[in-house]
Amino acid sequence: MKRAGSSRAGWLFVAPALAAIGLFFAVPVLAALVLSVTDFDIYALADLGNLRFVGLRNYLRLLETPLFWKALSNTLFFVVVGVPTSISLSLGSAMLLNSGVARFKGVFRTALFAPVVTTLVAVAVIWASLLHTQYGLLNYGLGLCGLPPVNWLGDPNWAMPAIALFALWKNYGYNMVIFLAALQSIPGDLYEAARIDGAGAFQQFRYVTLPSLAPTLTLVGILTVAGYFQLFAEPYVMTQGGPAQSTTSVLYFMYEEGFKWWNLGSASAVAFVLFFIMFLITRVQVAVARRWSTP
Amino acid sequence: LASRTRSSRGECKRRAQNASPVDIRNVTSRRCFRAAAAWVELARRWVGTSLLLAASLPGSMGCSRTESTALELWAAGSEGEVVAALLPEFEAQNPGVHVHVQQLAWRGAHEKLLTAVVGESTPDVASLGNTWLPEFAMIGALETLDEQVARSSVLTEQDYFSGVLATNRFEGHLYGVPWYVDTRLLFYRTDLAAQAGVGAPPTTWAEWTEMLRKLQAWYQARQRPGIPLLLALYEPEPFIALALQPGEPLLRDGDRYGNFQSQGFQRALRFYVGLFQAGLAPLASQGYVANQWEEFARGNLASFVSGPWQLGELARRLPRELAGSWAAAPLPGPDGPGSSLALGASLVVFAGSKKKEAAWKLVEYLSRPEVQRRFYTLTGDLPPRRASWAGAELESEPRVGAFRAQLERVEPTPPIPEWERISDQITIVAEHTARGTLTVESAARELDSRTERILEKRRWMLDRRAKAPPAPPATGAAP
Repeated sequence: MKRAGSSRAGWLFVAPALAAIGLFFAVPVLAALVLSVTDFDIYALADLGNLRFVGLRNYLRLLETPLFWKALSNTLFFVVVGVPTSISLSLGSAMLLNSGVARFKGVFRTALFAPVVTTLVAVAVIWASLLHTQYGLLNYGLGLCGLPPVNWLGDPNWAMPAIALFALWKNYGYNMVIFLAALQSIPGDLYEAARIDGAGAFQQFRYVTLPSLAPTLTLVGILTVAGYFQLFAEPYVMTQGGPAQSTTSVLYFMYEEGFKWWNLGSASAVAFVLFFIMFLITRVQVAVARRWSTP
Repeated sequence: LASRTRSSRGECKRRAQNASPVDIRNVTSRRCFRAAAAWVELARRWVGTSLLLAASLPGSMGCSRTESTALELWAAGSEGEVVAALLPEFEAQNPGVHVHVQQLAWRGAHEKLLTAVVGESTPDVASLGNTWLPEFAMIGALETLDEQVARSSVLTEQDYFSGVLATNRFEGHLYGVPWYVDTRLLFYRTDLAAQAGVGAPPTTWAEWTEMLRKLQAWYQARQRPGIPLLLALYEPEPFIALALQPGEPLLRDGDRYGNFQSQGFQRALRFYVGLFQAGLAPLASQGYVANQWEEFARGNLASFVSGPWQLGELARRLPRELAGSWAAAPLPGPDGPGSSLALGASLVVFAGSKKKEAAWKLVEYLSRPEVQRRFYTLTGDLPPRRASWAGAELESEPRVGAFRAQLERVEPTPPIPEWERISDQITIVAEHTARGTLTVESAARELDSRTERILEKRRWMLDRRAKAPPAPPATGAAP
């Protein structure tokens, strides 16, 4: 009896949150799902009589749209290159900050975290100058090393790496702070015991640090993959998806489809495809993490 | 629901009448209501049933317009700022009418206007890019202006440059009045051209290529990096201007299919791509040239294709000693003086306006030759009617004269809502062809197939309309 009462109280307590989630999450998602099987476009906007139910045609048509595949491969490149680099950089700098050798820890921690809290549009302008072919600092540095200048944002082969570099700089401080917190919670006696057993620096990292960080690594991995799949603002501000669509991400493609051309039907289909891909990858990540942490 | 809407509209009216015109808080709250109403309306259309949402937000529906004598004018770009200087005279001539100007940024203007239409919170008058006009006319957002223009003593259709006026027609009706025109010309350094051995400006593609080759050789002889011609790959206008020149329509069968495998289009694409392949124009993406005017002044850039705003920019930004060293010339054509694009902005009256008479008066006032001449001195925007060009300051300038000559030869792009989308694809495919990843023939095929897909809905709509009994064109009241 008592249990039933307390569960009712629990439901009452979460009811406002559930209502908000239902209204602002479940309803829009359902509406988008319905939209994705229609051809809602500018004609339907004028008169709902012009709306057709098209079944899965939006999805099938996406598969034969070259720009969608291009956007998907651009995004995958960004994820495959960006995520491991970002995580290893974050982990590396977190360990440096956590180790005894670092001085001015507070200054470095703030400096490395600062890009995360800066306004993207403002720093994008600065990066566009840094990356400039003729007058940019990056090419100046390359010139000092005797290397030819690179047309960073203008060359289809270099634009995505340049965007990735920018995103990396902008975001890795966030993961670094999470890692730092996790590192600080590893008890020092574990390391002491390892040292007594004769473990070197690498072995301490492999057998003490990494296993202790496993849950954090999984969390950071999932968050970073999800974040990197949703690449949008960087190309929107810096390249508008160009040159030659080399920085058009899936989300950018969806935005153009939906809000530039008002094809809300196919834009919703893109959203669901992206969701499905991210869902699958997250499942794989969780499965891998589980196997890895239970030897 | 209907009665509720009507009563809240009445309440709205009273509130607006009581409000003093300087009460900013009131204006802001009204704007909030308007935004809320727009979203509610959007949701209502999407979901289809409105009961829940309408009931939860009483009083906000239908508050989009008020019955005061205030006219709402939305104008994009710097014109939105400048136009305010012209309005006191209009308000003096029309006592009791007050014009409230809302300035929009070009980049977000299209989305904002479209959202306003969906949310039934449109202004009375707005400036609309003339390539957007078919889209807004099709969704029934605009008032037809045929009668008003026919009755008007201020403007006549014949006085407007016909290529520009044509962009304001959609399915036989006039939906806008051109406000200012925009087209693309060739700007070049006359002194560099003379040193390279070029006399008169080119009039044919062959002469143009010849001129650029000479400039290229001139740079090479001096062993300095130089750009004979700057054609921005991401800008649709220069190439589409060229593509219209051979005279073959870009779409066929009543704008149902692409016509890109035509000889004319392929000829234009071959010429365009040839300029890049010969190194006469660099593969210029965004930011390729840091400061176009500076490089033009230094002589690192010899020519570029751009619009009328460059007249003012160049006059302001070039050092004084170079003031006589540049010129604007009409675009060269395949075999003789070529056509260019009929771009620009038009003044439109929204179908949702409750003050259409006053709105039309404002359009008429802004179309007067003397007002347009003042507008030109304020902005440098070129007037769309010949009567406005009769002013001294316009005719005496030879560079402006080049635009005057070009305006007699401007071509509209196909007047269909999907055009922006197709033009985007043309730009993408042309860039790939210039970069060598597509041949001219495969690019033409690719464009035809992409256009066929984009126009699928249009074909369905046209077929359905052909079967159905003749319906009145989409005008008048918003649904």
